Amino acid sequence: MQALNRHIHPGWLIIAPLLLMVVALYLGPILNILWLSVTDPEPGFGNYAKLTEGDALIRIVWTTVRICIITTVFSVIFGYSIAYAMVHCHQRQKTYMLTLLLVSFWISILVRTFAWLMLLGRKGLVNVTLEDIGLVAEPIAFMRNELGVLIGMVHYMIPYAVLPLLVSMQSIDQRVMDASRNLGASGSQTFWRVYLPMTMPGLVASTLLVFILSLGFYVTPAVLGGGKVLMVAEYISVQLLVTLKWGTAAMLAAIMLFGVLAMLWIMSRFMKLSTVFGGAAR
Amino acid sequence: MKPGLFSFFNRVGAWVLLLFLVTPALIAIPVSLTPKRFLSMPQREYSLRHFQKLFTSEEWLSSFFQSGVIALSCSALATLLGTLCAIGLWRVSSRYSELVRAFLLLPLIIPQIISAMAFYRLWIPLGLLDSYAGLILAHTILAAPMVLITVSASLATFDPKLEQASKNLGASNWTTMRRVILPSIRPGVFAGALFAFILSWDEIVVTLFISKYSVYTLPRRMWNGIRENTDPTVAAAAVILIAITLIAFAVSAVLSRRNARAQAE
Repeated sequence: MQALNRHIHPGWLIIAPLLLMVVALYLGPILNILWLSVTDPEPGFGNYAKLTEGDALIRIVWTTVRICIITTVFSVIFGYSIAYAMVHCHQRQKTYMLTLLLVSFWISILVRTFAWLMLLGRKGLVNVTLEDIGLVAEPIAFMRNELGVLIGMVHYMIPYAVLPLLVSMQSIDQRVMDASRNLGASGSQTFWRVYLPMTMPGLVASTLLVFILSLGFYVTPAVLGGGKVLMVAEYISVQLLVTLKWGTAAMLAAIMLFGVLAMLWIMSRFMKLSTVFGGAAR
Repeated sequence: MKPGLFSFFNRVGAWVLLLFLVTPALIAIPVSLTPKRFLSMPQREYSLRHFQKLFTSEEWLSSFFQSGVIALSCSALATLLGTLCAIGLWRVSSRYSELVRAFLLLPLIIPQIISAMAFYRLWIPLGLLDSYAGLILAHTILAAPMVLITVSASLATFDPKLEQASKNLGASNWTTMRRVILPSIRPGVFAGALFAFILSWDEIVVTLFISKYSVYTLPRRMWNGIRENTDPTVAAAAVILIAITLIAFAVSAVLSRRNARAQAE
């Protein structure tokens, strides 16, 4: 035991339970899925080749990527605005803003999805109100299309976009902006040429975080898309639970997984990952 | 920067956005009070019948109970494993331990649909499908990274000299852990436990895959209700969930304020 201690730090003993559990019960089956993607139903890259045959799968991947990009753009712009306002206001107001942000963060995804269902339906509150005040003659189709999915997803992702930006903006020295103004730059010049570049790490982290989370998003697209907007996550679940085709599902999961890992790697070059999630968890 | 016109408009916009984040959920309140049998906005008449149904329906009550049991067990297990692991990583702190830390955060960021696939795949041969143990284990793996993060954050502000002092004064490793380290990271441990509870309480994607009949958690029942889109009991359940969220939020706010005060001292 003494000899062992000299080579291995005793701290590893208390790391081991969680580490072993995650390796055995999480990493193991994930590797198994990667393996399945090249062996089920037959060995080879047949599953990957399906992407090039016919356009059904490609269309699903493309829908997913497109919706994720639009969601990310809107969430990050809105998130930037919120974070900027939070950093540049009085402490008291900031506390209120943070409370609202975190409460929305904490409200169950199912409750929120249910709420959108009630608001956006043909006879939902939004359409009824619009018709009552005579703005529209026909109810607007918010649901069972990409518009509804986008509204639900942006709504869910904004808090995730705000938190890395907040961390990054709070670490900026205000005196740099004062210096820029003193040297004769206008307010907008200072913003575009000094402030925005300085928040770039937060911006990148926030963009990638939202994009990653959107990629695998299941609940909102499945409900608000109403079967009309098919994204990768929902397609995987149908493959597994209804048609029992592990191969195709595993292939899509593998592509998604590698995409996510690549983005995490990029992200880790801009910001310490634990800061991003540390902020997200708080 | 001088608070200019732009800044002012941006602040107004930010408030509008923040209200946009919170208010939609509130529609569950009027819908839950409808006297009708189907999902609708109440017209002048209100009724509590759907709450009554929620609290007398065996199905809903058992879902509340099951979710509670699973979330509590998951929170306890994740807190235990996560705290130990965080302390271990903090004490080792080498290049390898940082790698392990990054690896252990993966369940939090890998898309849930992939996690769901993985658990589903492994739970079939292990016979854990549709069982309490299966759900608790899966949720624990997803929630432990949260605990790891919150406890690590607490440890970052802990002075390692205190540990040295305790050992120099003759305390064993175990005593040092129990009497010196744990008390000073308590806020992080509590926060982690709370997050783990909420994660499990609210988890739906993995749950959809690995539960079927005998375990039917609250999110699962809500999911069903939302899919069927007729029974207003879902709205009543949503209102109860919002209330629980607000209470949990208040508790966590008090905890973090106490944490801040402890750090200031």
